[in-house]
Amino acid sequence: MHKESAIREPLILGHKTYGDITSDVCKPIEDKAPKMWYILFGIALVIGLYGVGCIFYLLGTGIGVWGLNKTIGWAWDITNFVWWVGIGHAGTLISAVLLLFRQKWRMAINRSAEAMTIFAVFMAGMFPLIHMGRLWVGYWTLPLPNQFGSLWVNFNSPLLWDVFAISTYLSVSVVFWYIGLIPDFATLRDRVKRPIPKKMYSILSFGWSGRAKNWNRFELVSLVLAGLATPLVFSVHSIVSFDFATSVIPGWHTTIFPPYFVAGAVFSGFAMVQTLMLVMRKAMRLEAYIHTRHVEYMNIVIMVTGSIVGTAYITELFISWYSGVEYEAYAFINRFSGPYWWAYWSMMTCNVISPQLMWFKPLRRSLLFTFIISIVVNIGMWFERYVIIVSSIHRDYLPSSWSMHYPSHIDLGVYVGTIGLFFVFFLLFARFFPVLPIAELKTILKSSGESYKNAPDTHHHSEESHNNNNQH
Amino acid sequence: MADKVIYAMYDDDDVLKDGAKKLVSKGVKVSEVFSPFPIHGIDPIIGVKNTRLGIMAFMYAITGTLLATIGMRYFMIVDWPMNVGGKPNNTYLQNILAFIPITFEFTVLCAAHGMALTYFLRNKTLPGLPAQNPDPRTTDDKFVMELRLSENSSFTEEELTALLQTTGYVELDQKVLN
Repeated sequence: MHKESAIREPLILGHKTYGDITSDVCKPIEDKAPKMWYILFGIALVIGLYGVGCIFYLLGTGIGVWGLNKTIGWAWDITNFVWWVGIGHAGTLISAVLLLFRQKWRMAINRSAEAMTIFAVFMAGMFPLIHMGRLWVGYWTLPLPNQFGSLWVNFNSPLLWDVFAISTYLSVSVVFWYIGLIPDFATLRDRVKRPIPKKMYSILSFGWSGRAKNWNRFELVSLVLAGLATPLVFSVHSIVSFDFATSVIPGWHTTIFPPYFVAGAVFSGFAMVQTLMLVMRKAMRLEAYIHTRHVEYMNIVIMVTGSIVGTAYITELFISWYSGVEYEAYAFINRFSGPYWWAYWSMMTCNVISPQLMWFKPLRRSLLFTFIISIVVNIGMWFERYVIIVSSIHRDYLPSSWSMHYPSHIDLGVYVGTIGLFFVFFLLFARFFPVLPIAELKTILKSSGESYKNAPDTHHHSEESHNNNNQH
Repeated sequence: MADKVIYAMYDDDDVLKDGAKKLVSKGVKVSEVFSPFPIHGIDPIIGVKNTRLGIMAFMYAITGTLLATIGMRYFMIVDWPMNVGGKPNNTYLQNILAFIPITFEFTVLCAAHGMALTYFLRNKTLPGLPAQNPDPRTTDDKFVMELRLSENSSFTEEELTALLQTTGYVELDQKVLN
């Protein structure tokens, strides 16, 4: 077993036993849902249904109901798509990259971060589908034999790479998440008393029995999936950035895009994890498992990725001047001083300045401050995509085509609706699924649990060693 | 043939591991261990071989790479070569850069799903299958060691129970399997 330094803060606070972990995670599922859950679920459902209504209106009428025009052919739809995909990057990063780096603190947040990822990618995937206008021909993006002389999809196009990247990412994330969930569903199956939930968890747990060989395979599959998912995470947002970077639009065709987008995705994804976790730990009384130390670790990731994003902003600004290409230079001058200056400066403030505050230890350990910054960051990251997309195309090469983008109420409704749907999914997840990986948390209890950590080195944790340790 | 199984339940993973070590050194065969989480280091003690799923994952990955390459070569070079600005696709190699992203994605797709499916099949975990853990507490905080009399023919039941007595179990249970 790994021995952790005594001065390192424990990851599981309090004097938890294996049984405590099980009951702490299962209790919110077994109890009646609190009134607050119904209120939040109701609000999210209403907003989500409004969004669904807007989508139906859009599909029935055509994408002319969006605020697009001849010059600005891509605006809120792609902005929202990239925003949601970016948010959907934290979960797999936490579970895959941090697993490879053997970061034990990921155990507290990986399950819900992965759920968040999957729901965010659902929301993201909806935008490219509905922007086709004819949703029912969405399968045309796949290389299927057809009656048009077998006209294939264009494998040279980054938009098609996106189809493969997003669908691979979504399906692999679901599998990774579900393989981790199976042993925890088995725990629930063996605990719940009421017949219907018992039947449901019994089906969901696939008959998991926890044999030694099962666990041996489980550990290897987790490791290999993490190894596969790590480059996948980086590839997905690189490919999303290719949608822009391989074009010839000034402001888009920059080689810095892939790393810059990946850093931005991790940045916004972690911010969304913070927003959700800070509420969830309180509402579900999981403060012993997700505490200040975890929040601080995540804030450090936000600070680092925020700094990368900031460096990228300044680099592209400098290069646009240094390149000597006047169109490129103009695109950037227009960004910060043109009609979209307010979007640019909102982005700069939210994404470059706010994460720098995390250098101060009291701030990055403050839960309230973290909560505020996490929301600010996601607002900033939305503006980043809006700035990149709209400000680069709204002033075309011909000044006679110059235009502005004004979102219609359908633009707004679809966007707000996806936020509602996202929370509908997340609240359902928090209600019926184990929000912490029960089995994995038990593996770190003896190395990072408060009552075991600094106990004298003995295998048999008798009552005395617990009591001795209490005096720390 | 009827077989008798002894289930010894422990409330700590390390106690079980030490107990298993002790039993194995005396020549007892431990058939199975049921636990709520992976007990690191138990596999070599009770003789569980390392899984070969990793090799399978690699084979699925290679399959994905090949399928993507063959597919894209057929679609883009053989069946419907594209002529972009007078620069036709004559060979796959000249155009390989554009095909790298999908080759990578498809490799990951095949490796991940192939491995996951194999994992489910080998574990015999599929939707609706019954659980086989001897006690519902083994998914909570108890650890169960399974000894089969048929695999320990050199010991009598009493001898095995006596040996188990020294390992610090919390409960002992027996079952006759048909």
